[in-house]
Amino acid sequence: MKPFEYVRPSTLQEAIELVATNPKAQFIAGGTNLIDLMKHNIAAPGKLVDINHLPLKKIEKRDGFLRIGALVLNSEVASHKRVLASHPLLVQALNAGASGQLRNMATVGGNLLQRTRCPYFYDRAFPCNKRIPGSGCGALGGINRMHAIFGVPEKPDPRSCIAVHPSDLSVALSALEATVWVQGPHGERQIPMNDFHRLPNNRPEQDTTLANGELITAVEIPDAVFPKHVHYLKVRDRASYAFALVSVAAALDIDQNRIKTVRLAMGGVAHKPWRLFEAEKLLTGQTVSETIFRQAAEVAMQGARAFEHNAYKLKVAPNAIVQALKLAASLS
Amino acid sequence: MANAHLPPAEPEPSLNRVDGRLKVTGAATYSAEYPFDNLAHAVLITSTIAKGRITNINAKPAEAAPGVLAVISHRNTPGVPAYPPLKQPAERAPIGTAFRVFYDELIYFSGQPVAVVVAQTLEQAQQAASLVEIDYQTETHQTDFVANRSKAAIAMNVQRNKTSPFQDYDRGDPDAMPSAEVKLEATYTIPTQHHQPLEPHAIIAVWEADDKLTVYDKNQGVKSAQGNLAQAFKLPRDNVKVNAQFIGGAFGSGIRVWPHTVAAVLAAKQVKRPVKLVLGRELMFTSVGYRPFTEQKLAIGATKTGILTAIMHEGIGQTSAYEEHLERTILATRAMYACLNVSTRYRLLNLDVNTPTWMRGPGDATGMFALESALDELAFALQLDPLELRLRNHADADPERNLPWSAKSLKECYRMGSEQFGWKNRKPEPQSMQTDGMLVGYGMASSLYGFHRHPSKAKAMMQADGSVVVQSATMDIGPGTGTAMTQIAARMLGVSPKKIRFDLGDSSLPDAPGQNGSATIPSVGSAVHDACKALKNKLLILGASMPGSILSSAWPDEIEIKNGRIYPNAESRSSVSYADILKYHKLPQVEMTEESKSGPERDQYSMYSFGCHFVEVHVSPVTGEVRVKRVVTCADVGKIINDKTARSQSIGGVVGGIGMALMEESVMDHRYGRYVTSDFASYHIPVHADIPQIEVFFVDQPDVHVNPIGAKGLGEIAIVGVAAAVANAVFHATGKRVRELPITVDKLV
Repeated sequence: MKPFEYVRPSTLQEAIELVATNPKAQFIAGGTNLIDLMKHNIAAPGKLVDINHLPLKKIEKRDGFLRIGALVLNSEVASHKRVLASHPLLVQALNAGASGQLRNMATVGGNLLQRTRCPYFYDRAFPCNKRIPGSGCGALGGINRMHAIFGVPEKPDPRSCIAVHPSDLSVALSALEATVWVQGPHGERQIPMNDFHRLPNNRPEQDTTLANGELITAVEIPDAVFPKHVHYLKVRDRASYAFALVSVAAALDIDQNRIKTVRLAMGGVAHKPWRLFEAEKLLTGQTVSETIFRQAAEVAMQGARAFEHNAYKLKVAPNAIVQALKLAASLS
Repeated sequence: MANAHLPPAEPEPSLNRVDGRLKVTGAATYSAEYPFDNLAHAVLITSTIAKGRITNINAKPAEAAPGVLAVISHRNTPGVPAYPPLKQPAERAPIGTAFRVFYDELIYFSGQPVAVVVAQTLEQAQQAASLVEIDYQTETHQTDFVANRSKAAIAMNVQRNKTSPFQDYDRGDPDAMPSAEVKLEATYTIPTQHHQPLEPHAIIAVWEADDKLTVYDKNQGVKSAQGNLAQAFKLPRDNVKVNAQFIGGAFGSGIRVWPHTVAAVLAAKQVKRPVKLVLGRELMFTSVGYRPFTEQKLAIGATKTGILTAIMHEGIGQTSAYEEHLERTILATRAMYACLNVSTRYRLLNLDVNTPTWMRGPGDATGMFALESALDELAFALQLDPLELRLRNHADADPERNLPWSAKSLKECYRMGSEQFGWKNRKPEPQSMQTDGMLVGYGMASSLYGFHRHPSKAKAMMQADGSVVVQSATMDIGPGTGTAMTQIAARMLGVSPKKIRFDLGDSSLPDAPGQNGSATIPSVGSAVHDACKALKNKLLILGASMPGSILSSAWPDEIEIKNGRIYPNAESRSSVSYADILKYHKLPQVEMTEESKSGPERDQYSMYSFGCHFVEVHVSPVTGEVRVKRVVTCADVGKIINDKTARSQSIGGVVGGIGMALMEESVMDHRYGRYVTSDFASYHIPVHADIPQIEVFFVDQPDVHVNPIGAKGLGEIAIVGVAAAVANAVFHATGKRVRELPITVDKLV
């Protein structure tokens, strides 16, 4: 860890200005990921701008939306009775992530901004395009059991990155079509969840579409039409406290056994939460059945590409999609 | 040994841990926690290449950083006196050379310590470490076991030693295999696995004078560490003090003195201050050994009725380029079953990695995974119940040494385990049992571990107030050594455990072996027994010599001692206390030191602990995820000293076995010869949610031939065989035989 300056501004504006005007400044909230990165000298901010005391800690019911402040703890959302009633998918996804101790520290905004757990990113003895652009992707020809199968380059180039985004919450937010509210030096804007994280596209060092100095203030989730038929399925190497090999967030609005609306997103398969638009299209208006779920899974897997150690994801992912849909639809 | 002499357990059969309160309240002091006013902090810098040489070290920016006291490398080390003089140009160490710290510019493995930064604070040392620039010239390295397999050879250590157990071994008829009615051949692989105790290795090194060294070091043997450091730094043995009173788990990682310990001692010498060095989790992968990557080929011949007629077991283990680490991989196969024709081969493969070491159940956990998986495969091929196959081949005497067992209740373990587990409910066909959409599998495996008893000393002291202090330089890496020893002393002396203090983990105490090989209870427990017995006898003589003593006419075998009071017989209402005896004789204390060791019984009997494990797994047919739902484990380890700590040790062994079976794997990127698993996010050990109810049963009958307390070792047998039982259960659930651990999703879908 390198020496750094620590400041605790008293207003949002001040915090944003401190980061916007200093390329070496970084926001810190729960710090559950940033501190690790600093210990490994992956992140070396010259100034930490502590935002923990800013007034971004409310869970509010608004007209047509649930609004969760960026500094609400993961554990607070997960144990919130009204969130459980209105958006159970969020609670399931949160409880599938990390450990109780981490959820007690980690914030909603921070959860979205956590960085990949690719081992090549964390060890400076390895090349990594996300850490040092142009140094190469260690995982591409190396150990890639955990890595992406979607949004990966057909031909590897010197800027490739096949890391996956590790957040469970983001997958559920993507499925629920949440909006990320951000405030920056030039004012406030809203980013649809699906546009918040990005594919590497030769700039893998950039995880999100946030501009310099922009701070997440809240996420807004539309009132769900699917509180009943949701499921977050997480396939992992141990029963708890493990990143997803593959995860699926499924939400269905079913009327008389017919699918009115459906939302599907996957985790552990891409550089961002991976929305399954084509599968959603196929399912909409269909009668609930395992056969149609299987067809949707096949459609969802089109374009997936495996590397040396992650071909199993091509088998696990469609199974997981079917299983999540079945569980969401209470189809046994 | 004619009889086991340990009196029955009373009044507390399961004494609570004597240090439990200290541990749960944070009052126990671990190696990194000893306070020193002028403590300096050290951070290791390790090589980023697997083979080659250092061409340049630029330490200037680091040396100029705030708080930095020294940057030490091979260029400016104060030197380890026992190392041979340097050669120019530097030459690679011949095989059989323990790693030399900061010796020359040569790199033997990725993660090798190449420099240490010492500063006033930990943060300053960490920052300065990031400023040290090191240039390397790389050479082609070989770290890939599979790619280099053909280079495996008989260890030089074995070539030199004609009586080595690792010599090629053949018994019986070489034609038995080719002519067997049923034959089976399979290859089993264990990946590199790391101990990864929750407490990282740590040391505080203090030079009390130019020739006096004290270390607070996490290790499993203060006496061996003392000898090792005395030899390395050419100091009189008594001038080196090693303290390791509390250990937060080790599983074998602390059996040796590792390079980081030597680095801290060198740093303390250089800066002339106490120096603390704590390994980060990532350094725990390259600094303290590991269970070696091992490949095993098993060939089994049997009759159609399931009688084993031939076994061939070949094992290849990985070791470093400079040392040979041998472990028991193929040895259990010679003793486990009644098979007349058995051959074993053992080879080593030198790679550009650090040296492996013993990890819980070393060799046997590895070898029994292969043997017990192969037996399960044979049972399936013969359409025979796996337990029945084992019963049909039960060895009534040691088939390797042709000796009677000192004691063996394996059949009783099988009976208890299968009944408690409900083995009879197992349907023989794989994939035939399901619940809630999950595939259900039942699997079992046997377990064994050799009996080890090393010469050990203990001192027992009766104090004037009737309290007792017992001392031995033994260790407690977690099993509850102090608790068990207190209990032995309490039973021998007839004193309440509350009045007994047991000291361990200090090299100035009476000689005892390190804590490894499941040897502590058998060895040190016997010494405590003998010392307390001698002390009691001495005190009884002193008591009988008091004028008008009620003991003067007592028959020794009728004497009863309760709560420190001695009664001439069970009916007597008059008594004399230990304190009375010391008071009369005006003695501040009475002490006895005894040494205890094996005798000729070692040549008359073959001594092992035995056991078995029964496991139920559920496997998702959709995702391939395996979860262990139930474990019943049984052990025959002679007399159980403390049921609660023994049970706890068995549970820990099963947890380790589940980790070994389902998740533990240190993965290396061979292009760089470097691990990509460097933390607990990438190296998985079981969490609570992975661990189901584990039921433990003991035969709990003294083995009267092994030692005066009738107790054998438990630590290793608790894990040996568990991985096979899990793998066999997975086969039963899915019909898929996974021969390469760990059994992960990708191997099942």
